[in-house]
Amino acid sequence: MAKVLVVTSGKGGVGKTTSTAALGAALAQLGKSVAVVDFDVGLRNLDLVMGAERRVVFDLINVVHGVAKLQQALIRDRRLENLWLLPASQTRDKDSLTDEGVGKVIADLRTRFDWVLCDSPAGIERGATLAMRYADEAIIVTNPEVSSVRDSDRIIGMLDSKTVKAETGERVTKHVLITRYDPVRAAKGEMLGIEDILEILAVPLLGIIPESQDVLRASNVGTPVTLNDAASAPARAYFDAARRLTGEQIAMVVPAERKGFMNRLLGRRAA
Amino acid sequence: MRAQASPMRQQVRLRGRSYVAFVFAPVVPIVGWLEEIDATLASSPGFFVGKPVVLDLSGVDLSQSAIAHLVGSLVQRNIRVLGIEGVEADRLEANMPPLLSGGRSCVITRTEPLEKREAKPKINSLLLESPVRSGQSIIFTEGDVTVLGSVGSGAEIVAGGSIHVYGTLRGRAMAGVNGNSAARIYCQKIEAELLAIDGYYQTAEQIDASLRNRPAQAWLQGEIMRITPLN
Repeated sequence: MAKVLVVTSGKGGVGKTTSTAALGAALAQLGKSVAVVDFDVGLRNLDLVMGAERRVVFDLINVVHGVAKLQQALIRDRRLENLWLLPASQTRDKDSLTDEGVGKVIADLRTRFDWVLCDSPAGIERGATLAMRYADEAIIVTNPEVSSVRDSDRIIGMLDSKTVKAETGERVTKHVLITRYDPVRAAKGEMLGIEDILEILAVPLLGIIPESQDVLRASNVGTPVTLNDAASAPARAYFDAARRLTGEQIAMVVPAERKGFMNRLLGRRAA
Repeated sequence: MRAQASPMRQQVRLRGRSYVAFVFAPVVPIVGWLEEIDATLASSPGFFVGKPVVLDLSGVDLSQSAIAHLVGSLVQRNIRVLGIEGVEADRLEANMPPLLSGGRSCVITRTEPLEKREAKPKINSLLLESPVRSGQSIIFTEGDVTVLGSVGSGAEIVAGGSIHVYGTLRGRAMAGVNGNSAARIYCQKIEAELLAIDGYYQTAEQIDASLRNRPAQAWLQGEIMRITPLN
């Protein structure tokens, strides 16, 4: 039974696209067949993070409008044969998406894949609402700061009212994914704590991704972080999150400050 | 050409005007039909008072005396018949309402409250079993609002009566909006952006910092909003 999952946040720049790519690649490495779909029409990025920008021929809009068939637009990942990308159009805007057309594409994707991950654009307008419209589950990507948390709260309200599931009296299963968590700043009280975020959002936690240069490095070479360096801290956190999505019970690890050897030797300065 | 015009008689000026009339279409047995009318009147007395009522007799075959009896029965119930249609003119007596024709049917918009009043006594509280999220606006002017969960920053609750939040109130709460100064706002944790009762409000800045994160209630003492800790 295919699962359609929307990766959303409300706020921009919190790590939706990075998380979509990382979780998509992680699920594919766990043996699932996965499609990642870019809904950010006009400002597409997922193709870059997936390293497929040179192979885009047809896109989501072409399929929605019936210009191209779904199999023509899907791009198979070079590294994982069961990972596919459906890119967005860069030359159109979100008004080109139609509810009916998106519904058809999602229904078609359901028949071909175990997991369909929809990368939502920022905002609460047409692109974001259509990305979540047909979802069974939602990952709300949140940074540990008040503006991000409030926007996530707003998006959760929309998931509970504007999706097909909500309109038919069911519920979209929701998960919070905290990204860019900086243990050093958290220890100093410069960020919202995990407890505070979960208390405000009242949604179960899927994972905590530490702030890391590995994420940026992977994006720059066009590789999901879970493929680029599977042993890195953010990759391991994404793998745990992907396993939790498949129903595995994995203990939550709050990233802690890792002190280097010199730091431990010279950690405290005497007065 | 006549040199002198005889003074013209001023004509009675007539104007047309149309009204929406209730059309009663009695069915046999007439006694049973009258009982239905009684039931309607019992649930909403005065519903037909002052409303034009037309009798459509095309569905029944009544004698002159039966029509007279029917009209009389309606008059007893304070329903005055404006006209009759769907019957031959010779069946009507001179003192009966006139025969009408050419009526067009239309939708009567007032039928809805009739059904609602029949249904149940008015619901005057609203229960929300999930958190109210940022950007959501709950407006319930008929009475109290109870939230089992938190009210997010940027969310808004507007209630005619009191507001009860079993969670953290981070958004805006406006109680007693219909001029109910006895309405109150209760919450398990107060971090509200704005509290208002009957138009008197306080913003987050004015709320005493020592109350933050505590169970509290807000109420009006004259024109002053008091916010006091619960327990």
